[in-house]
Amino acid sequence: MIVTEKLSKTYGRVVAVDGLDLEVKPGEIFGFLGPNGAGKTTTIRMLTTLTRPTSGRASINGFDVVAQPLAAKREFGVVQQHLSLDRELTVWENLELTARLRHLGRKERQRCITEMLAYVELEEAAGRLVEELSGGMKRRVMLARALLHRPRVLFLDEPTVGLDAQTRRRLWALIRRLNSEGTTVFLTTHYIEEAEALCHRVGIMHRGKMIALGTPRRLRERVGLYTVEALWNGRDTRYTYFPDRSRAVAYSQGLPPEVKTVVVRESNLEDVFVELTGRKVGEEDDGFSYRSLA
Amino acid sequence: MDFLTVLWPDLLILRRRLARYLLTTLISPLLYLLAFGWGLGRGVNMGGTSYLEFVIPGIMAAAAMTASFNGAGTKLNVDRLFYKCFDELMMAPLSPWSIVLGKALIGVVRGLVTAAAFWLVAYLISSGFTPGIWFLMVIILSCFLFAFLGVLAAFLARSHEDMATFSTLFLLPMTFLGGTFFSLAGVPRGVRFVLYLLPLSHVTSTLRALALGWPFPWPSLAVMVALTVAFSLACLAAVRRSSV
Ligand SMILES: Nc1ncnc2c1ncn2[C@@H]1O[C@H](COP(=O)(O)OP(=O)(O)OP(=O)(O)O)[C@@H](O)[C@H]1O
Ligand SMILES: [Mg+2]
Repeated sequence: MIVTEKLSKTYGRVVAVDGLDLEVKPGEIFGFLGPNGAGKTTTIRMLTTLTRPTSGRASINGFDVVAQPLAAKREFGVVQQHLSLDRELTVWENLELTARLRHLGRKERQRCITEMLAYVELEEAAGRLVEELSGGMKRRVMLARALLHRPRVLFLDEPTVGLDAQTRRRLWALIRRLNSEGTTVFLTTHYIEEAEALCHRVGIMHRGKMIALGTPRRLRERVGLYTVEALWNGRDTRYTYFPDRSRAVAYSQGLPPEVKTVVVRESNLEDVFVELTGRKVGEEDDGFSYRSLA
Repeated sequence: MDFLTVLWPDLLILRRRLARYLLTTLISPLLYLLAFGWGLGRGVNMGGTSYLEFVIPGIMAAAAMTASFNGAGTKLNVDRLFYKCFDELMMAPLSPWSIVLGKALIGVVRGLVTAAAFWLVAYLISSGFTPGIWFLMVIILSCFLFAFLGVLAAFLARSHEDMATFSTLFLLPMTFLGGTFFSLAGVPRGVRFVLYLLPLSHVTSTLRALALGWPFPWPSLAVMVALTVAFSLACLAAVRRSSV
């Protein structure tokens, strides 16, 4: 279980995380969405004891990350957004270091590392220096490392960036399997379909604040379950949201002739995201915004 | 025993590159030995001993200093700021002291390897000087002193350049002014006071006294112990503070 109370972090004048209240339940897959710079990584860094909160509290399975860091550290594993492997060590040695740091015995180390390497399909690369691996292979090593000690809470900060489609699907299956075995998963992603496919609940963060929280369906209901996507004058796409299909269709039929193309479809999380944050997923906060007519 | 786990990967890397390490770490002390001890100082007599005998403990101290400072600090700095793999240690359930000690120990190991290798060469070239147990103890202490300083510098550095700046600003002047090549007893009082502010001065005086059988400078030993403790505590504070 992950709990934060009024968790905040400021860097100089930048408020990276602003009074975050959050509760991720045991056994949940929680998705954390938000534009670049929203404060997702900063939140994960605070939860994983790397960054000290400016104010507020956070705990993992009941252990306060500031007051009881050692106990909190035993509870989680993490795949960070950036590569954080020792490039002068081999794949195996990187994993063995983590296994030793987590006090696994010799036999257990051997077994866990072999098992995880098989899982991420890197058995042949075990003896290679991390330096020589491709980007996707490095990410798979990071994943193997995070899972090595069977943590009960798993943080994944954009875990599928740079993975090929097959590996991504395999990772999704793995996340589901771990979750069904009781692991709580906290993940950030810029791939909306990933959040939709995996997450029980999703939180959308914007400028350090949680602006929406709920099941993907509840969030879609919030903006409207149906979207009318209309192309005005051949260049300007406008989105309008409706609670049901009939109203959406009625609206689409009443549009003026400047609208050449119009699509009525079910809303998805991306629509929620765009509507709430005023920007496409992953887009910089540069004032460029999509407005709806509704 | 967590500090040994912290030390383990750095030992692997050192072992893998031992030959290259020995070559690079021995270059400058050997050049000093040839240029100053053998070339410049031939025929010079220092209070009853040859200059070569006089200068060997000094160069050994300077070489061990550089090796342990860089040995502890260089990779730590890169791992922390550039490769970020230091995060893995910070997220493992370890006490801050295990991290500081483990990271300092690789500096100590490298410092001792360098000192031993230099001694071997010096032994072949010169008089056949054999260090005793106390000499060894002081070398180990000095390696701890400068390894902790290296860890501290790596924690305070905000870039790779900071590390190089620190090295040029402190280590290089110490190498030349810390009694490596000349006797601190011979310089004017005011200057001597300033030179004794350099940690290396205490190491060279102590080692030289042990090597040449001169009266043992107890105050210098006390200063070394005090500095080692102070630097290690500063490292501890820096690790605790490093979670920004
Ligand atoms: N070490 C730091 N020093 C100063 N500012 C920082 C630091 N880390 C993060 N920030 C700032 O905090 C804000 C939030 O950054 P954060 O990395 O948490 O965003 P994010 O949601 O993870 O974004 P992305 O999707 O790009 O990964 C940004 O404005 C960033 O510039
Ligand atoms: Mg991020």
